[in-house]
Amino acid sequence: MTLATLGRAAIPPTRVHEMDAVVVGAGGAGLYAALELKQELGPEARIGVISKLYPSRSHTGAAQGGVCAALGNTEEDHWEWHWFDTVKGGDYLVDQDAAEVMCRDAVETIINLEHLGLPFDRTPDGLINQRRFGGHTRNYGEGPVRRSCFSADRTGHSILQTLYQQCIRRDVAFFDEYQVLDLALPDGPGGRAAGVIALQLATTELHAFRARAVLFATGGYGKVFKVTSNAHTLTGDGMAIPYRRGLPLEDMEFFQFHPTGMYKLGFLLSEAMRGEGGFLVNDSGERFMERYAPTMKDLASRDVISRSIYLEVAAGRGIGGKDYVHLDVRHLGAEVLDKKLPDMSGFIRTYFGLEPLTDLVPIQPTAHYAMGGIPTDIDGRVLADEKGALVPGFYAAGEVACVSVHGANRLGTNSLLDILVFGRRAGKRMAADLADLPEPAVDAEAEATAAATVSGLLAGTDGERPAVIRAELQEVMFSKCGVYRTDRLLVECRDAVADLRARARHLKVDDRGCRYNTDLGEAIELGYLIDCAEATVESALARRESRGGHAREDYPNRDDAGWLKHTFASRGPKSGIMSLRYKPVTITKFEPKARTY
Amino acid sequence: MDVTLRIRRYNPEADEAPHWETYTVPAEPTDRVLDLLHQVKWYQDGTLTFRRSCAHGVCGSDAMLINGRNRLACEYLVKDAGSTITVEAIRGMEIVKDLLVDMEPFWDSFKQVMPYLVNDDMPEDGKERRQLPADRDRYEDTSRCILCAACTTSCPVFWADQSYVGPAAIVNAHRFIVDTRDTAKQERLEIMADPDGVWRCRTTFNCVEACPRDIKITRAILEVTQEIGKAGIR
Repeated sequence: MTLATLGRAAIPPTRVHEMDAVVVGAGGAGLYAALELKQELGPEARIGVISKLYPSRSHTGAAQGGVCAALGNTEEDHWEWHWFDTVKGGDYLVDQDAAEVMCRDAVETIINLEHLGLPFDRTPDGLINQRRFGGHTRNYGEGPVRRSCFSADRTGHSILQTLYQQCIRRDVAFFDEYQVLDLALPDGPGGRAAGVIALQLATTELHAFRARAVLFATGGYGKVFKVTSNAHTLTGDGMAIPYRRGLPLEDMEFFQFHPTGMYKLGFLLSEAMRGEGGFLVNDSGERFMERYAPTMKDLASRDVISRSIYLEVAAGRGIGGKDYVHLDVRHLGAEVLDKKLPDMSGFIRTYFGLEPLTDLVPIQPTAHYAMGGIPTDIDGRVLADEKGALVPGFYAAGEVACVSVHGANRLGTNSLLDILVFGRRAGKRMAADLADLPEPAVDAEAEATAAATVSGLLAGTDGERPAVIRAELQEVMFSKCGVYRTDRLLVECRDAVADLRARARHLKVDDRGCRYNTDLGEAIELGYLIDCAEATVESALARRESRGGHAREDYPNRDDAGWLKHTFASRGPKSGIMSLRYKPVTITKFEPKARTY
Repeated sequence: MDVTLRIRRYNPEADEAPHWETYTVPAEPTDRVLDLLHQVKWYQDGTLTFRRSCAHGVCGSDAMLINGRNRLACEYLVKDAGSTITVEAIRGMEIVKDLLVDMEPFWDSFKQVMPYLVNDDMPEDGKERRQLPADRDRYEDTSRCILCAACTTSCPVFWADQSYVGPAAIVNAHRFIVDTRDTAKQERLEIMADPDGVWRCRTTFNCVEACPRDIKITRAILEVTQEIGKAGIR
C-alpha cells in the first residue's frame, strides 16, 4: 500500500491508469459487467473495477427474498406472465420493450449464475427451487406463482459472493476504496465519456482512469431520506456526477417506500413475514389493511401499504399516537419464525430485544429503492436526452440506471433481476463497442476541478459540519418528499434543499490528513445527496398526478392523458437552471388499465 | 443516558503511538455501538476513522474488538455493552488509522484458496447443473461467510504468525471443497495441506465465538482435514 507522506495535507499529483474499460461500483451489476468484459475480450483486456468499498461489502449483499425468472421448475410459468406483472406493478410507466427483454433474459441469466456457482436452494430433483413472492402471478393475474429463485433468505449475499469470486478467477483489476469524483468528458458536454477521476481513500491521491468505455453501477441514493433501508454508503454518487455535467436523470420522483422498515432503524423486515401470514395493526389493535385493500389486505403492493400506514399515523392511530404501527407475527409459531424467517426473527431479537413469538414489532415505511436514475437503453448505453441521443462510451446499469423496467413502482425481486440482466448486457455491449470507440483523451478541466474540490474541502475552517446539513436534508426529504406529497410540501422542500445547498458551500472538515480521510469522503457524499434531492423534488413538484411510488394528496388519481410519460430532469452546468423534459412511455402489448390488488 | 466510549486511537501520520481517548455520548439502550462511533465522528471529532456500510450485520465492514471481544459494531447494542464501552481495532493486522486496519493480507489469504467454483463443462441441455438438496446442504453453513475477518483476527495462531492462512480462508476453501459441482478439489486440498494451511489450527475455538454469523468454523476445519486424508495428500 502506498501511503501519503507523514503529515502532508496537500493533494499529490494525479496518477494515471490506462484501461480498456472501467466499471464504477462493485455490486451485482458492476461485477457481472466486468466478468462479461473479461470473458468476451480475454485475459489480456485491461478491465478495472473501482469501488469505494471492498466488493463484498456492496449493498447487493443485503437483498433477502429472491430473484424471479420463469424457469417453471415447480409449476407452469412463462416469461410473458412475468412481463405483465412487471408492467402492472410499475403502474404502466414501465417501458414494455425493456421489461420484455428483462423477463425473457431472466431465464438464461439465472442458469448462467448457477453455472458460475451460485448456491441456489434446490428441489428434491436437484433443480433450482422456486417460491412465491408478492405481485408475481400466473396467467396475467389469476393467482400467485412460484417464480422466485432463492438462496435461503440471503439471495443477494450469494449473488454478490458468486460474482466477486468469478471476477477474482478471471483476474479483474480491482481498485478498492476509491471514491469517484467525476466523469471524463474530453470533448465537453454532449461529447463522449473517456474515463473517471477518483480519490484513493487510503492516500487522498487523485487517480485518472482513462478508458474507452465507462460503466456506472454505483447503486441508489436512499441516504437522502431520514429512515431508509439503504447502507450509509448509498449516496447517489453515480447519479449526481452526470447530473452535474448537464446530463439528465429520468423519473427521479419515483422512490419506493417499503412498508415494513424496522422503526427508526429503517432496515427491512422482509415481505415474506406477511407472506407467511403476518399482518399490520394500529394503536387500537385493528387490522387496518382490511379497510384499504379488501382483497389482498397485507399483501397488497408496497406503495399501497406504505400509504395506508401513513394515513393511519396521520389520523392519530399510530402506536401511542406516534409515527409507527405494529407488525404482528406472534401467531406464526416457532417453526415458521425460526426455520423460514430466521434472519428476520434474529433482527427483531438483536435490535429491538423483542421476542417475535410474544411481542408486537414496531415498523414504519422506509425509503428503499430509486426507480429513477441515469436513462439508458436496453444495453446500458446512456441517453443524452429524451429524444434518444447517446453519450458515446458511457454506460449505466443497476439501481443507478433507469431503463425503465420498474416504471413508477418496482416489483419485489426485480431489483436483483435488473442488476443481473442489465449489468450483463451492458458488459457485452461494451465489449462489442470497444473497437469502435475512440482512444481515451484527457479531460484536464475535470481533473483540475476534482483537485480544487478536494483542496477546497480540506482548507475549509469556518463552515458547518457535513453531518448537521445531511441530517436536515434527510429530515426534510423524509417529511416533505416522502410517502405522500403536496404542492405546498414540495415547494417547502425545494426551498429547503436550495438553502442547504447554499450552506454546504462552507463545510468544516475536521480531518486534514491524507490517510483514510473518511471525513472528507462524507463531505463529498453530501454534495451528491443534495444533487439527487434537487432532481427528485423538482421532478415530483411538476408531476401533478399519483402513480406508483409518487403519491400526491392534491392530485390523488393517475392521469394517463396528461402524465403517461417519463421525466427527464437536468440542470445547466453553468447556468444552474433546471429543465424538465418528457419522453413517451413505450407500450407494446399491455394497455394501461386500473391497478387493483 | 450517557455512555462513556473509550476508543484506542492511532493515526501514524500524527501520533507516535496508539493511545486511549474517552468520549461521552448520549445514547438509547437500543443504539448500536456503531451509532455511538457515528456520534463521535459526526458531532465531536471528524478525524475518528473506521469502516462501515450496511449497519445491520450483513456487509462485514465493521468488525472491531469491543469490550475485549471481536464483534460487528452494528450488531452490538448499548443495553448489552454497558455504560462504559471500549473499542479498538481487530488484532493481528497493521493499524492504518484508529479502528481501520490494513485488510490486504486478509484478502490475499482469501484469494490464495481459489475461492471460486471451477467447472467449465456446461450441461448439454443448457439448463442448470443438478445438485441434490443434501449435497447443497454440505456448504450451506460456510457459504454464509461475510469476510468480516472477526474470526481470523481472534485466532492466537494468526496473532503469532500471519503467514497462517487463517480460519476465514479455510471456511471459504471448505465452501468449494465440499461442493459436488466443483472440479478443483484436489488443487484446493493441496493448498490447505500446505504448512501454512489447515494443520496449524489448534482448535482454541476463538473463531467460533467471534463469528457474527455463528458459522461452525472448527467443524469446517475438521471436514477439510478429513477431505485431505481421503484424498491421500501427505
